[in-house]
Amino acid sequence: MIGAAIDRLDGRQKVTGRATYSAEWPIERLSYGVIVQSAIAKGTIAAMDVSAAEQAPGVLAVITAGNAPKLPQGGQAGVNPPAGRALTLLQDTRVRYNGEPIAVVIAESFEQATHAASLLRVNYHEEQPAVDIMQALPTAEPYTKKILGQFEPFSRRGDVDAGLRDAAVVVEATYTTPLETHNAMEPHSTIAVWERDQLTLYDATQYVYGVKRFVAKTLGLRDDQVRVVSKFTGGAFGSKGSAWSHVVLAAMAARHVGRPVKIVLSRRQMFGPVGGRPYTVQRLRVGARHDGTLTAIDQDVVSSTSTFEDWVESSTLQTRMLYAAPNVATAQRLVRLNLGTPTFNRGPGESSGTFGLESAIDELAWRLGVDPIELRLRNYASVDPETGLPWSSKSLRECYERGAERFEWSRRTPAPRSMRDGDHLIGLGMATATYPAKRMPASAAATLTADGAILVEAATHEFGTGTYTVMTQIAADALGVPIDRVRFELGDSNLPDNPISAGSMTVSSTGPAVHAAAVALRERIRQAGADPSDVESCRRIIAAAAGAPLSATAAAAPGAEKARYSMHAFGAVFAEVRVDPELGELRVARVVGAYAAGRILNPKTARSQMIGGIIYGLSMALFEHTAIDPRNGRYLNADLSEYLVPVNADVGDIDVLLLDETDEHVNPLGVKGLGEIGTTGVAAAVANAVYHASGVRVRDLPITIDQLLAGSDR
Amino acid sequence: MTHMRSTSSVLVDVELLVNGRRLPLALDPRVTLLDALREHLGLTGTKKGCDHGQCGACTVHLDGRRILSCLTLAASASGREITTIEGLADGDRLHPMQQAFIDHDGFQCGYCTSGQIMSAVALLDEPCGPGEADVRECMSGNICRCGAYPGIVAAVQAVRQGRG
Repeated sequence: MIGAAIDRLDGRQKVTGRATYSAEWPIERLSYGVIVQSAIAKGTIAAMDVSAAEQAPGVLAVITAGNAPKLPQGGQAGVNPPAGRALTLLQDTRVRYNGEPIAVVIAESFEQATHAASLLRVNYHEEQPAVDIMQALPTAEPYTKKILGQFEPFSRRGDVDAGLRDAAVVVEATYTTPLETHNAMEPHSTIAVWERDQLTLYDATQYVYGVKRFVAKTLGLRDDQVRVVSKFTGGAFGSKGSAWSHVVLAAMAARHVGRPVKIVLSRRQMFGPVGGRPYTVQRLRVGARHDGTLTAIDQDVVSSTSTFEDWVESSTLQTRMLYAAPNVATAQRLVRLNLGTPTFNRGPGESSGTFGLESAIDELAWRLGVDPIELRLRNYASVDPETGLPWSSKSLRECYERGAERFEWSRRTPAPRSMRDGDHLIGLGMATATYPAKRMPASAAATLTADGAILVEAATHEFGTGTYTVMTQIAADALGVPIDRVRFELGDSNLPDNPISAGSMTVSSTGPAVHAAAVALRERIRQAGADPSDVESCRRIIAAAAGAPLSATAAAAPGAEKARYSMHAFGAVFAEVRVDPELGELRVARVVGAYAAGRILNPKTARSQMIGGIIYGLSMALFEHTAIDPRNGRYLNADLSEYLVPVNADVGDIDVLLLDETDEHVNPLGVKGLGEIGTTGVAAAVANAVYHASGVRVRDLPITIDQLLAGSDR
Repeated sequence: MTHMRSTSSVLVDVELLVNGRRLPLALDPRVTLLDALREHLGLTGTKKGCDHGQCGACTVHLDGRRILSCLTLAASASGREITTIEGLADGDRLHPMQQAFIDHDGFQCGYCTSGQIMSAVALLDEPCGPGEADVRECMSGNICRCGAYPGIVAAVQAVRQGRG
């Protein structure tokens, strides 16, 4: 069962429109909430006239800082980084970014609430905001706390200055990545239902237990007063890892009007209030001897955060462990801007950080006249160079080799602008992909029911990753029963506790718990005198117990392996681009990605996840940037017409190789996670291919026509 | 005919013909076809991704052609034949396009899937060229943020070639 390329088990629900997303639960007496947002980026609300809105047809209430209930600690009681955020809950009249929630209008219908929300009249005391990262760069301050609560904010091994002095060639360059907004297809949405003092939230989330605990703390409730349900989430990419303001506001609004309230963010409202990847400005210095041996890497990363919460895009982490350079220093600094707080965005840190590092390594390869793969192999790290720990497993060399072979890297002629097809310049580029293999404690339950079916439960999440499918495979495998005898339930905080589905760790965390619960149930079935694979014998023991189901629960947690091994997934990604030198038009014709990420539970869903990750990376390379009005901090391209993401015609051939890799240390299932590694390295591979095609080195994402045309004028 | 209710706006009588069923409704004239389906008829298979006609998640068929239900007022669809994702299968038997999307893993989170499938089914009767590049172009009004595009193209081609 494990390792079988079976179809998605939730496929039928999804292709028939019967999968229920959070805004779609049928709720009696439902009312509709619409959030009103600030029109300035910094200042205070001087006056707000809500009378026209209150008198508009169908309006049940208008909640503002003037009449909102006062929450414990000013609404900050639940703040618990990284996932528990500082929110805007109408507790004061301050404005800290353009688009910040300043009121909620609740009405009988969506149309009435939307219209009434347009009737609020707001006067502000406006102050000068800081919204330009380059202008604010001199205000950057070193970040001194642990990143994501785990990683040092800076690193130092050896002596970087000495290493740079010893180098024959030094590349020194600054790379930038823009503000990127996730734009999952499903808007963030929450339905809040109070029954006496019990709150149920139907929420689009990656973390039902996190939302439950956060909302309880924020509202001053006990944990057992809040239940969170999320059976299907329509894409997340990190943006739904936290309860954002609208979640708590829905609960507050529902209590205020004494009815269930649904809040669905508009597409525009997903720019700012629900996070995004921050700006990064990455200064790199990389030195090497003539033979390509690295002598030093220095990476200084400035990323942006809001004025009210620290969020660090950890773009230095891969630089500490990827190459066997003796002298490496990294630092993370923060600039505070009047924008919404950033958050996890697919491969947070590694997706932006590999753009800087793997572009700089490519520049070094050109300067040295060494093949880019050869340069990487000469500096291959056989142990983790930062910690000295052995790898739990590492097959990066095989990824370079197999990927190069599949991509036909050997047909590449080294000189820039040396490959053509008619009027187009052709370029081949590559980069390394990497993401850590993480794991957190998780739990699960398995139950044999009277009809012989087995119900397996864990409060994890399905947002396209295939969780329903692979968890069923794991349980069926452990029990020795066919897939169709197992039903897996997730997405409900009444089920066993599970961590956030983020950081590529759902299978590595929840998988072992599901496996352990299934094994425990298997043993209980055997002890009761039945054979799990024999349905009739299973039914008999339940009948003999007067219909009482047989259950087992299990918890699973990481052990000491983290202290003994360095655990990461690796890959190599290759891109072929076509550049029209007259028009500056860039197309990515082909991508090959070769990855080794431990055991693959389902090659079909795994391949799709890797393809999706690569396309997310292509999107970073070619399209994405959130444009901010420098005068007032307004999000200028806050829709899917102006904020570009790839459409079908933008995507060429994508070829994914998943290498066999056995890892006996990382976790009992030997899996490393696939959610994010596909995105890492892609932007650098494309930029490196663009240089090979055109001789233009683009260091600022996204790669745009104007940069290609300006660069080709040299 | 119009009605008034103290807490409500003016309502208009609309008769929607959805998946072969005749469904009379009294609706606020501002209600889009998308919100009529999702909020008034419980047909939530049609998705709201942007509400601006930019993502394709709300694609349905109106008189046999694909349209964006978020840019269509429910009142203007009165009396016309509407097909949604819920009306595509024949009982338990999936439409070949639905089965092809499962076979070729043409989706991940599933949120754009209804719109993709409704576009793909409409495409079968459109003058779309035979190649993969033609399909990519004809399907480019439907955004998939999970990046299931290669599977979507494979699914469409499988159905078209099965036909031909």
